[in-house]
Amino acid sequence: MTQSTGKRPRVGLFATCLMNMFRPNVGFAAAKLLEDAGCIVEVPDTQTCCGQPGYNSGDFDSARALARQVIAAFEQYDYVVGPSGSCMATIRHDYPVMFEDDPDWLPRAKALAAKSFELLSFLHDELGATPAGTRHLATATYHDSCSGLRGLGIKGQPRELLAGVAGLKLKEMQDAEVCCGFGGTFCVKYPEISEKMVEDKIHNIIESGADTVLGGDLGCLMNIAGRLRRIQSPVRVFHTAEVLAGMANGPGIGGHSQESR
Amino acid sequence: MEIRSKEFKSRAVFAIHDASLQQAMGKARDGFVGKRAQQAAELPEFEALREEAKNLKNHILENLDHYLERYEDAVKRAGGHVHWARDAQEARAIILDICKRVNAKTITKGKSMVSEEIDLNEALIEHGMEVVETDLGEYIIQLANEPPSHIIAPAVHKTKNQVSDLFEAAHGGPRKTEVADLVNEARQVLREKYFRADVGITGGNFLIAETGSSMIVTNEGNGDLTQTLAKVHIVTSGIERVVPTLDDATLFLRLLARSATGQETETYTTISTGPRRATDLDGPEEYHVVLVDNGRSKMLAGHFRDMLRCIRCGACMNHCPVYGSVGGHAYGWVYPGPMGSVLTPLIKGLDNAYDLPNACTLNGRCASVCPVKIPLPDLLRELRHLQHQQELSPVMQRRALKAWRFVATRPKLYHAGEWIAVRVLKLLGRKGSIRRLPFAQAWTDVRDLPTPEGQTFLQRWQAQRGK
Ligand code: SF4
Repeated sequence: MTQSTGKRPRVGLFATCLMNMFRPNVGFAAAKLLEDAGCIVEVPDTQTCCGQPGYNSGDFDSARALARQVIAAFEQYDYVVGPSGSCMATIRHDYPVMFEDDPDWLPRAKALAAKSFELLSFLHDELGATPAGTRHLATATYHDSCSGLRGLGIKGQPRELLAGVAGLKLKEMQDAEVCCGFGGTFCVKYPEISEKMVEDKIHNIIESGADTVLGGDLGCLMNIAGRLRRIQSPVRVFHTAEVLAGMANGPGIGGHSQESR
Repeated sequence: MEIRSKEFKSRAVFAIHDASLQQAMGKARDGFVGKRAQQAAELPEFEALREEAKNLKNHILENLDHYLERYEDAVKRAGGHVHWARDAQEARAIILDICKRVNAKTITKGKSMVSEEIDLNEALIEHGMEVVETDLGEYIIQLANEPPSHIIAPAVHKTKNQVSDLFEAAHGGPRKTEVADLVNEARQVLREKYFRADVGITGGNFLIAETGSSMIVTNEGNGDLTQTLAKVHIVTSGIERVVPTLDDATLFLRLLARSATGQETETYTTISTGPRRATDLDGPEEYHVVLVDNGRSKMLAGHFRDMLRCIRCGACMNHCPVYGSVGGHAYGWVYPGPMGSVLTPLIKGLDNAYDLPNACTLNGRCASVCPVKIPLPDLLRELRHLQHQQELSPVMQRRALKAWRFVATRPKLYHAGEWIAVRVLKLLGRKGSIRRLPFAQAWTDVRDLPTPEGQTFLQRWQAQRGK
């Protein structure tokens, strides 16, 4: 759709908190994928957090304060794209709800929501991109993050995009759609329940026989990777964008340099 | 039952370490989930039915007073009695009065969550009446002296072995180990009670405004015997269970069994209309319906109206990974899982069940299977909002949120903070991940934390691109 306008769309890259701190590589991979698909990528430095931690803790006021900041920082772009189903679902679904009773901000929230996308679904559904020429030798299993899957309907897109990666075999695990137990602050408020849930997830990952776990949300991936490290499993964890961009040569999330291939 | 939702955390941890509970839960979960998925896949119009059911429920709730009045008139026309109970206490008093008046000694009961909600058994037993649960699951937990742990499978937390033990102790053996033999043994014991029963109490899956009928669905046929063999039949039901016509009820029937147990339909669907007529061969001499409000009309007026669409199928708990991990008893009151985490704080008070709306990852699987499309995660979040407003959440959490807001609305400060955090974590971590972090113990008790790369994304981006 964007090609037909004849000019390259300007995309504001939403740098999620976890990506910014723990895995900058995902941000660069996202930028590369977007640029390869013909976008101009910019990263406004007036952005911080989408506000979800406040929203999900019931502090709607603070969430709105953060949302207004995101809207102001990003409304100048043709699109807002972020490598996270969770943050992008907040912008797409929750912002319009947050400002339901605010006639000044509601149109702006709605406008932003309409042009905000999670990275993989944006590449696949909006740009029709098919990243090619990348190679990644692995047998990977895909964890469907909850907000991506149920909030944004992301299921087939990452798998179809990954099908174009040479050397990569996808193997589905049991219960790929069941929550990994991260849940934002849930994992530190209810650590025992979270542990049980991530334990179930890890069990299914290992049972699948895959040597790599892929997903689209760093929260889940850090939770899964952290647990795999704790039990000293050799299974490696990457954000899907890293593999698609051919930038998964270094250590996986939470891994160290000796494990890189 | 006394509410024990304040103990959610400790009860949850206890349950996670209870090996037989985990064994029973794992089995049930896989069964329910798989069968429901199959049923949904086999019925092309399943998703359309969910939408239709949601809309019909919304219409009913908008006109609830109208349909309830019509229902009451129809019950009266059929020779039955309708009683309105504002709360649990009134409901107990009404039922107790009826039972005392007919001098009831033995009372049989079909499965009724409302009767659990109003603590009915305790009240009847206190007045010297014998109460016998006739649903097999309810019977098992009655023997075990436990509350139900699931709204349609009350003994889902019990293994077969535990049931064998209970039956052996209660019935005097010999010990049975096969499911069929256990069921048979329960049947023998219960049969005799049905004939002795003075009063039979059932729930009502649907109340039909058009005909004044109550409809129940069971898999054991116990409900039929309970309501036809006793001299007096009392239906306990929430006011939201009324539907306009029999036709409308069939819409919900098509969804109920498929969502609940993954059956096409339950084995028995039974409709009762009034007491026994002169030409009837059997049936009760008196027919009463106790319509319980107990917080429901308050829900009707506010943010939580959607919750009143619930048809009590249990799909949300079957698909909830938290419920699947901790079982129903951890929730501490009658209704567990996602629907219970909404209902319990609303009926019993926000401060009495602080953890329930919070112990959820908002993963949305419950809403994705709910046959009447209740946005359970949104309702849970709304409850968190009320808790936050009423300052029921922990002081530390509210302070942390304030600090977070202060910093996060100042991008320069926020980015500096991130940068410092990244440096500190980098110093603490080695070999890719951090095993122990004093100020993030809840994370590192369970899992490692990845060591950051040393610079934030924004720093590196600006260094490379300047923009
Ligand atoms: S909330 Fe929905 S899924 Fe849960 S019991 Fe009620 S109707 Fe069933």
